Amino acid sequence: MIFPASNALQRTNYLNAQKGWWSWFWTIDHKRLGLMYLWGVFAMFAFGGFFAMMIRWNLATPDTNIWDPELIPAATALAKMDAYNRMFTVHGAVMIFLVIIPGIPAALGNFVLPIMLGAKDVAFPRLNRFSFHLWILGAICFILTFTVGGLDTGWTFYPTYSTGSAGKAVIFATLGTFILGFSSIFTGLNFVVTIHKLRPPGMIWFKMPLFLWAIYATAVLQILATPVIGISMLLLLVEYTMQIGIFTPELGGDPVFFQHLFWFYSHPAVYIMILPAMGVMSELIGTFSRKPIFGYKSIAMSSLAIAVISFIVWGHHMFLSGQSPLMSTIFSFLTFAVAIPSAIKVFNWVCTLYKGSISFATPMLYALSIIWLFGVGGLTGLFLSTMGVDIHLHDTYFVVAHFHFVMVGSAIFAFIGGIYYWMPKMYGRMASEKLGRITWALNFIGFNLTFLPQFVAGTKGMPRRYFDYDPEFAVYNWWSSIGAAFILVGMVLTLIAVIQAITRGRPAPANPWGGVTLEWMTESPPPEHNFEGDPPEVGDPYDVSLVEYKNELDGFVPAKPMASDPNMYDYRASLKAGVAHTNLHP
Amino acid sequence: MTATAHAHHGPAHLQHHFETSEQQFDSAKLGLWVFLLTEVLFFSALFVAYTSYRSLHPEVFAYASNYLDTNLGAANTAVLLLSSFTVAWGVRNAQLGQRKLLIMNLIITLLCAATFMGIKYKEYSHKYHEGLLWGGAEHSIFKHNQFMILDAVKEHSHAWNEGVPEAGVAAVKDLSNDQRRDVSIFFAIYFCLTGLHGIHVLAGMVLLTLILIKVLRRKITPEYYTPVDLGALYWHLVDLVWIFLFPLLYLIR
Repeated sequence: MIFPASNALQRTNYLNAQKGWWSWFWTIDHKRLGLMYLWGVFAMFAFGGFFAMMIRWNLATPDTNIWDPELIPAATALAKMDAYNRMFTVHGAVMIFLVIIPGIPAALGNFVLPIMLGAKDVAFPRLNRFSFHLWILGAICFILTFTVGGLDTGWTFYPTYSTGSAGKAVIFATLGTFILGFSSIFTGLNFVVTIHKLRPPGMIWFKMPLFLWAIYATAVLQILATPVIGISMLLLLVEYTMQIGIFTPELGGDPVFFQHLFWFYSHPAVYIMILPAMGVMSELIGTFSRKPIFGYKSIAMSSLAIAVISFIVWGHHMFLSGQSPLMSTIFSFLTFAVAIPSAIKVFNWVCTLYKGSISFATPMLYALSIIWLFGVGGLTGLFLSTMGVDIHLHDTYFVVAHFHFVMVGSAIFAFIGGIYYWMPKMYGRMASEKLGRITWALNFIGFNLTFLPQFVAGTKGMPRRYFDYDPEFAVYNWWSSIGAAFILVGMVLTLIAVIQAITRGRPAPANPWGGVTLEWMTESPPPEHNFEGDPPEVGDPYDVSLVEYKNELDGFVPAKPMASDPNMYDYRASLKAGVAHTNLHP
Repeated sequence: MTATAHAHHGPAHLQHHFETSEQQFDSAKLGLWVFLLTEVLFFSALFVAYTSYRSLHPEVFAYASNYLDTNLGAANTAVLLLSSFTVAWGVRNAQLGQRKLLIMNLIITLLCAATFMGIKYKEYSHKYHEGLLWGGAEHSIFKHNQFMILDAVKEHSHAWNEGVPEAGVAAVKDLSNDQRRDVSIFFAIYFCLTGLHGIHVLAGMVLLTLILIKVLRRKITPEYYTPVDLGALYWHLVDLVWIFLFPLLYLIR
């Protein structure tokens, strides 16, 4: 294997600077914490994905026998329905609270954010470690729900079912959500302070990479919205254990009050999931178009606009809850408003592509597919925010398809694209392009096949969360389940690709893709404190003329050598010194 | 983190990833302000509950408030205000390096906090014996008609039998079932709000004790007094929440 001069795998780097499992578990290094979040999220993704596959397995064909007591005893049928309720609940709760919300900010964000700032770490490294340990504790709480019969309330925990006849699993689930909430709050707090206080001297706000703008907007949401789910979960817990009465009509309370509190968090939470994905998108589209990003300021500002508007739209989840029509009308209009900053982003990405010299590397394939997936997911959101239409589509598979297009099609795809993009930086090795493209194709085809038919089924009135359906919906469900099988293969292969890259991938140069942001200006993988010596000078993060491709390095180097960082530009000296460089892309 | 991996020059309290003490102090302070913001939002749900249920049943809240002891509430307000003064004075002591005064002020603050919790305990136990609890509690006199109210509670509860005679307030037994149910929500909110606040007082006491230990171990200097500053800031928030709770709960009749 040939190690480029800017590859640190054979030198001391953050991966091998300290050894032993304790040096990982008790680390305060943001890079190591990011990696541990990454693997934790992988594990939870597999866990939640298993239940997704069980759901699609069950729904592949309609259950015509279950209604016939002579063929299936009533007890068996009931057990089956109960099991189904648990499956979709655990799938939803795990995927939202343990996968998508921490996915990009906590895993990728933790790894990249301080390096992008040229900083040595986040502002509060020990708090960062505490966040991660809280995350583990929250995950354990969710796993413990299985020891007490499983959770079957749906991920939304609506009273009065969740506070009344639901099983003891509610206790663990609400406790888990509470703990995960604080993990998320502390991560957001850390990022806000880091961005405010640890930016290098030359980096004014409008020279920040767009990923940081997105993470900043996300962090603001995490800080302002998450405490509300914290207190809601706490109230649900005292309601369940002590019948405090605030959500129980017999005791003078109001279950709709819970819905307001819940969606006051959970709608912004949707943007906690999608904003970081948009940040990754901006990085990928910019880098792989080899062209300065179009409309930098409007992308940056639209992140903040989305964050602000997302706080005043929660009522669109409650059009059918009995809230006043005036309120519904206002919420409906405000919801339309979210489309504006979202569309601004998409237009800017498309304009960046225009006349760019696009490279179809794996991360870019994911980014390009998101333009389609997010387009579909976002535009179908407008159907749902239209009150009259929503009355028809409410709680149908149309809603399921809509949010999967945004949450999986956009957030998870961006997560995978981001992993491929930063893989060289994380592990100092390149992932296989061939395997990457195959898995992308499987994921993309599988995803569309799974969720496009659900739009049709939903429009025709197939309700969500039912364990069975009318035979008229059979064809949509059949194709949907076939698509799910594609995704299963695609995701397993993605995991294999990641493991293969880590163990046997080609050693990566410092800047394989031609990114201009600071994380590409240090070795791959970075040293323990991110930069040897002082961090490099800060330039325009999207001025691609600042880096140029060097064939013999198979990577990019700064066009104008910067004196502070010898590893980056002094490849000529290393050639003279006898370090081998070969063009690995013939 | 080994010191050799990244040698830096500066005072002992300066962490490796900060350039200067000022940067470290500013970061810590911004971090705490952001945390206080999350605390405000944490309480906000309960304030919203208070607002919406009170706007639905203003007369119920006015009635139920009669069962809270204004004198004890006022005493607690005074105690907390005093503690806020001493902790603020403590910050000044830390800045000026007045170690003995700082220790004294921290101890007075802690004593005030303990007094607050003592008075709170007295109020809670009184309500428990009277059955002035939320509707789902076993000893509550506000139970919905489908549940049985324990005779033992009825017999001993002043509120059930006589009300508040000097204020001319009707006894609970004379209320209709629906009225009792609505009154029970006042007590649900009362216990949630004051309970959550009480937990924050306890957390503040732990925090101030840890800071006191730091002071006693001579870790606090005029150059590095961040823990005192942040601890005081947190304590002010705990105080501020009570400043809202006292009139909203005790002074509305």
